[in-house]
Amino acid sequence: MSFLGKLSIEAVPYHEPIVMVTLGVVAVLGLVIAGLITKFKAWGPLWRDWITSIDHKRLGIMYILLALIMLMRGFADAIMMRTQLAAATNGAEGYLPPEHYDQIFTAHGVIMIIFMAMPFMVGLMNIIVPLQIGARDVAFPFLNNLSFWLTAGGAILINLSLGVGEFAKTGWVAYPPLAGLEYSPGVGVDYYIWALQISGLGTLLTGVNFLVTVFKMRAPGMKLMQMPIFTWTCTWGNILIAASFPILTAVLAMLTLDRYLDFHFFTNDLGGNSMMYINLFWAWGHPEVYILVLPAFGIFSEIISTFTAKRLFGYKSMVYASGAIAILGFIVWLHHFFTMGSSANVNAFFGIMTMVIAVPTGVKLFNWLFTMYRGRLTITTPVLWTLGFMVTFTIGGMTGVLLAIPGADYVLHNSLFLIAHFHNTIIGGAVFGYLAGFAYWFPKAMGFKLDEKTGKAAFWCWQIGFMLAFMPLYVLGFLGMTRRLNHTDNPDWNIWLYIAAFGAFVIAAGIFFQLLQLFISFKNKEALKDTTGDPWNGHTLEWSTASPPQYYNFAVIPHIKDIDAWTDMKERGEAYQKPEKYAPIHMPKNTSAGFFMSMSFTVMCFALIWHIWWLAAVGFIAGIAVFIKRCYTSDVDYYVQVDEVETIEAEHLSANAKGVNA
Amino acid sequence: MSSVATDMHHDHDHEHHENNNVFGFWVYLMTDCLLFASFFATYAVLFMNTAGGVSGKDIFELDFVAVETAALLLSSITFGFAMIAAHKQNKGGTLLWLAVTWVFGAVFIGMEIYEFHHLIVHGNGPDTSAFLTAFFSLVGLHGLHVTSGLIWMTILIIEVMRRGLPDKTVTRLSCLSLFWHFLDIVWICVFTVVYLMGAL
Amino acid sequence: MSIRNLSKLALATIVLLLAGCSGGVLDPKGQVGIEEKNLIILCTILMLIVVIPVIVLTLYFAWKYRASRDFEVYTPKWAHSTKIEATVWSIPILIIIALGIITWQSTHALDPYAPLEDKGEHMTVEVVSLNWKWLFIYPEQGIATVNELVIPANKPVSFKITSEGTMNSFFIPQLGSQIYSMAGMETQLHLIADEPGTYKGISANYSGAGFTGMKFDTIATPTEADFDAWVQKVKSEGGSLTSENFTQLAEDSENHPVTYYSTVSDGLFHEIIMKYMKDHGSMDFYGKPANAATGVKAEAMQHKGHHMGVEE
Repeated sequence: MSFLGKLSIEAVPYHEPIVMVTLGVVAVLGLVIAGLITKFKAWGPLWRDWITSIDHKRLGIMYILLALIMLMRGFADAIMMRTQLAAATNGAEGYLPPEHYDQIFTAHGVIMIIFMAMPFMVGLMNIIVPLQIGARDVAFPFLNNLSFWLTAGGAILINLSLGVGEFAKTGWVAYPPLAGLEYSPGVGVDYYIWALQISGLGTLLTGVNFLVTVFKMRAPGMKLMQMPIFTWTCTWGNILIAASFPILTAVLAMLTLDRYLDFHFFTNDLGGNSMMYINLFWAWGHPEVYILVLPAFGIFSEIISTFTAKRLFGYKSMVYASGAIAILGFIVWLHHFFTMGSSANVNAFFGIMTMVIAVPTGVKLFNWLFTMYRGRLTITTPVLWTLGFMVTFTIGGMTGVLLAIPGADYVLHNSLFLIAHFHNTIIGGAVFGYLAGFAYWFPKAMGFKLDEKTGKAAFWCWQIGFMLAFMPLYVLGFLGMTRRLNHTDNPDWNIWLYIAAFGAFVIAAGIFFQLLQLFISFKNKEALKDTTGDPWNGHTLEWSTASPPQYYNFAVIPHIKDIDAWTDMKERGEAYQKPEKYAPIHMPKNTSAGFFMSMSFTVMCFALIWHIWWLAAVGFIAGIAVFIKRCYTSDVDYYVQVDEVETIEAEHLSANAKGVNA
Repeated sequence: MSSVATDMHHDHDHEHHENNNVFGFWVYLMTDCLLFASFFATYAVLFMNTAGGVSGKDIFELDFVAVETAALLLSSITFGFAMIAAHKQNKGGTLLWLAVTWVFGAVFIGMEIYEFHHLIVHGNGPDTSAFLTAFFSLVGLHGLHVTSGLIWMTILIIEVMRRGLPDKTVTRLSCLSLFWHFLDIVWICVFTVVYLMGAL
Repeated sequence: MSIRNLSKLALATIVLLLAGCSGGVLDPKGQVGIEEKNLIILCTILMLIVVIPVIVLTLYFAWKYRASRDFEVYTPKWAHSTKIEATVWSIPILIIIALGIITWQSTHALDPYAPLEDKGEHMTVEVVSLNWKWLFIYPEQGIATVNELVIPANKPVSFKITSEGTMNSFFIPQLGSQIYSMAGMETQLHLIADEPGTYKGISANYSGAGFTGMKFDTIATPTEADFDAWVQKVKSEGGSLTSENFTQLAEDSENHPVTYYSTVSDGLFHEIIMKYMKDHGSMDFYGKPANAATGVKAEAMQHKGHHMGVEE
């Protein structure tokens, strides 16, 4: 074994023009950004205020930035897949041979689920949940920073695979024996394993962190059944994270042992059982989709209730329905493989349990409807996303129930009908939710509103593009087209493949409008400035802070008496009142430990992928050493003095006095 | 005046944080529990898949494992004594009982390594059958946890020697003690499911 | 008027497009597929009972209660109504109960492992998925083919399915259900073609680089005599398939041409399964192999294949 393990210059795919051009563009972009940072002398602030920050709001912003970047990457994969399939009809080969195409659909799945949707969700949760419960930060701020950098480490690994080596060619589920060493001897599956493992660890820590935050750090007076609905849905999501991510850790560890040490968990020979992987994978994978969608449900609830200027209808029903979804989500994993030959009793049981989930979900839809009923709905961008969701997700839910019927699944399993279904729920449910939340909470996080015109244009492109891109896939599923085909030879399918590809370009226009929206809004940020901290006349505590919030969130922790705590305070006239006196605020200090620890582990993972054992050992020991050093650093906190608090609060209060007068 | 107020806050905040630490550690232990559950489930599926090789009956030596088990169970009791001493702010007693616990833990790990080594040199390594794969992984996972516990304990012993027993250190000891007792419970399951049921 | 006409036209177009495109799961040519199509349609209609009102109400409420219509009733504090909540919980529950009953019954009726009722004696075909092609062994006829499946129409077929390596899914969309093929175990599927014709068969589970080319034609002959004639043709044209040249066949190949084998070595299918199956558990757990009849063993394996999916 050489000094660099399996790594050599041959690992760089320099003979593949598509990859090399992409890498070139990325390199140029990177240099431009680095140049700009240098020009504006921003390296110092970047390091001090962002990379080492343990402020939940800044970490949230970094999570969302990561999610948006990975959305571009994952969407580039999607466009390539759709154009390949539109080009490779009637027996034509298209421009992406299986060698390349198979990596693209695998990367698309992994990136969109693990590195786009998850960071987006966690980012919104980071920014909002502590504010909504009246806390000054999460329970373990350092851990929060560590979680972010572990997730980022995973993202770094998966993107490295583009230029160094290859990515998995197994589909995002990486079923053995295909993902085993015998059928996938390259480094692709190893990239998959370590990218998921390291970011999964980050997610698990986030889950634990936010559970403790929500259970231990609520403002005085706030009962569990008075938590804002978004916080509730995030809590259910975090319970699912804590309960399901260890299974992912386990199953990835087993696959690792199979591939690295010749173990036999999932191999064909010597008694391995690949069905066990499939069961364990979905025991994580199914709860995972509820982890994604439950917080989105919470976002819609907040938005509907804010923009109808009305209380959320059936708050308790909503909380219980979310809980029911979370718990049921754990006992339905077998519906991902009705076609594996389980007995009729087993299949029927799991099918019916799956359908039962439609009940609480249906209740939620009705409750949103009755929140609008007799309200005063202002049609803003977040509301458009919400309405779009209610229409789109209902269709996705219906096709989901259809797939839950084993008899129907026997012919629709693995077909494009399935692809259409889960994009219908994940885009129409989760992504629309995150984009709604993005528009809704953007002023809170950044201090100015987003441009409405481009925001609405983005929504319509997404909505119409979505219909064009995915409704044809339902038809193709009925026509017998299975997923992951590289090219097709059936004239009946062509028209639908063309429409779907066109739809993908309409979505691309939607993404373009969102970038344009960001650009325009940044340019007009003075005009769009949110001086009050409460641009939508919100119901919950996050709107009581300034925009962006004071770094300590609350100068005085409020006493909570109602579900809509901020509305309640406004009605009682307790809002914007200067307290008798301020007290010093205890705050944690920024630290670079999380960053260095995660990067050491990322190096370790990279070394393991390429079998550079000495470097793996160095990375591991360095990571642990940083952690132990952090545990014995005593200089981790400080007090914000009263005069500083007074200055900051006076500014917020006077801005509101102006806002009220104007 | 103001410094007094600050100090009061200080104490309050710290108490708050130490509370969070213990609760957070409980939640972490629950996730760890699920990690073990996954490996137990795997073992249950694979334990008959011996691929014509040895089965539990052929390789488990209950006498040996009983000693191993006794070492670990005793270490849990001695950790309990260490915690009693720590709560009484008895530095010497804490250190003594921690050292005893450490030795028991090390004996347990030493015996486990011996067992694994013995199996591997006799051609019964984890690469020979799915049964052995599952066996080595489940028992090894527990062993890895105990090893991390030993490393953690070493660090805390040094901490207690240097700093004595302030609240922060006692909280850390409480977390480790939770971890240690948790591993004991897991081991009882391993002993029952793997060794007892395998050997009988 | 014109809107109604337009929507009629749109509906007609969709129906035409769907019906005009032959070859999918909505154009079934066998009893299993027909039942599954009917199941899909029935359940979709049942669900539309809730789905359509929800979509319509969403758009209607958004329009009716928009801020500019300030003459509408406005109740900012109204957030609970036991009557409404009871209704919104019961409607989905009722529909799910109905769907649940349908699911329980249809899942049992369509169990891929159950032979088709009232269809007479089943013909057996053993199916092996290889990288990246399908091998069909006809134990009753003593022949084998690659990437072409020929069966008589109106004759129920019992497929016994396994894989040499990676997992695939054996699927003929127009005949109905699919089932995974997995190494070291046997899964089963029972299908029938009600009409003669050629139906596309695929692998519906991605299995690597050559997966797209894992296609085969399923030819349902009009009569059993036609089928017998085809068997004779295979017997006269084909080579022989033995354990030795099976190894060769099992090597990776893409878009493998249709191949005939006039003879197949006895128990080849069993051999392929046992290559990995032997490592699963001590054999006496499944029945003593040394002196047990093959039937017992086959049944034991069947049992295993059937239930392993949930043993975890």
